[in-house]
Amino acid sequence: MIKITLPLTEEAVKNLHAGDRVLLSGDIYTGRDAAHKRIVEAIRCGTTLPFPLQNSTVYYVGACPPKGDLATASCGPTTSFRMSPYAPTLIKNGQRGIIGKGSMSEEVRNALIEHTAVYFAAIGGAGGLYAQCVTDAEILAYEDLGTEAIRRFTVKDFPVVVAYDCHGKSVYE
Amino acid sequence: MREIPLSDLKQTLKQMIAKACTRVRPDALCALQNAKQSETSESAAFAMQVLLDNASLCEQKALPVCQDTGMAVFFFEIGQEVHFTGGDFEKTVNEAVAESYAENALRMSVLDPFTRINTKNNTPAVLHVRLVAGDRVKITFMPKGFGSENMTRLFMLMPADGIEGVKKAVITAIRDAGSKPCPPVFVGVGVGGTSELCLSLAKEALLRPIGTRNEREELNALEAELLQEINALPIGAQGFGGNTTALAVHIKAHPTHITALPVGVNIQCNCVRSSEEVL
Repeated sequence: MIKITLPLTEEAVKNLHAGDRVLLSGDIYTGRDAAHKRIVEAIRCGTTLPFPLQNSTVYYVGACPPKGDLATASCGPTTSFRMSPYAPTLIKNGQRGIIGKGSMSEEVRNALIEHTAVYFAAIGGAGGLYAQCVTDAEILAYEDLGTEAIRRFTVKDFPVVVAYDCHGKSVYE
Repeated sequence: MREIPLSDLKQTLKQMIAKACTRVRPDALCALQNAKQSETSESAAFAMQVLLDNASLCEQKALPVCQDTGMAVFFFEIGQEVHFTGGDFEKTVNEAVAESYAENALRMSVLDPFTRINTKNNTPAVLHVRLVAGDRVKITFMPKGFGSENMTRLFMLMPADGIEGVKKAVITAIRDAGSKPCPPVFVGVGVGGTSELCLSLAKEALLRPIGTRNEREELNALEAELLQEINALPIGAQGFGGNTTALAVHIKAHPTHITALPVGVNIQCNCVRSSEEVL
């Protein structure tokens, strides 16, 4: 098991290979369908972005509301394929890591190779377990989107598997 | 005539929602445990262990097993001797959904398809209501997540396509879905009826406990054959390879038209969730 402290660096990404099991610690940013539509629009118009994209890791998730003493309740990955139309734009603008689940488009794979970025698969269906890895959560933008708002999650030992590495290899093949 | 106050129905529904969302159905959990024993891929076995750990953690802490707590789907079989009192049936069901989703910190995932504005209370629910003989009410609740629901397929085959066509349709649906619906999946297949009934049958097929037999012997054999073929596909748990793409295939058949052979495929992700009550 490889342990990585975020933010990702180009060097760290180069050392990752499809199938590697990784524990992530540090800050990640949540966003899914509606938030991605807005981020891509903000990039196009040159307006303020909800978080600095450079070397960021974005988690495709819409969590359950917080419960008890947890920073967030269940927060497993959503199907990444739906973010395929948006991901290449974010990667070109500095995003270094994706966390989601399931296959993505060829365009995304090519963007990962071209810009030395990585796609991690979290285990879909393990939302409660992932909630235990989130030590802090804060809404950063698009609060009107409810569960789809952009949040900063501080995570500790968040278990993922390298799905697409920057060398063109995939865990799905 | 047996009178049932809608306030009683509401309390029952609220409890059913909380129970279903925080628990992987025991039959599915058992199937997942068994499948893990014979899993050939190390990555897939790791994923399956994570899912098993998640299920026990969530049951202990009453946490939603998956953050996608779904659209609320209800199947009602209402005895024709029952009279609901004290309000409006459909409104009561939606109130139960709104209250239970809020009180149990479940995710509000329902919105208008055009404006994409969230209803903020996970309503409206999807209701399937049948009027049956007797004075009881059988209720089944299924919180249907959409990672798997998005992979639904309907094939209006020709009669000439036959059983081979049915098999090909199911395999095509699962192959195309690939790693996206959170495998290992549970496959519901509806065969026959009209188009909308066919998909409804596919969803109802998912309510039959895993490990039980199809009441039609020849369909039992077909279910086993399809499961074997699906598990030979290069997908596996979470798409990580190995031999566990599906935990079970269930088929529900219904008479259809002389010109038709409808096949519906409804996929349930590894978080198999539903609850049942009889009033």
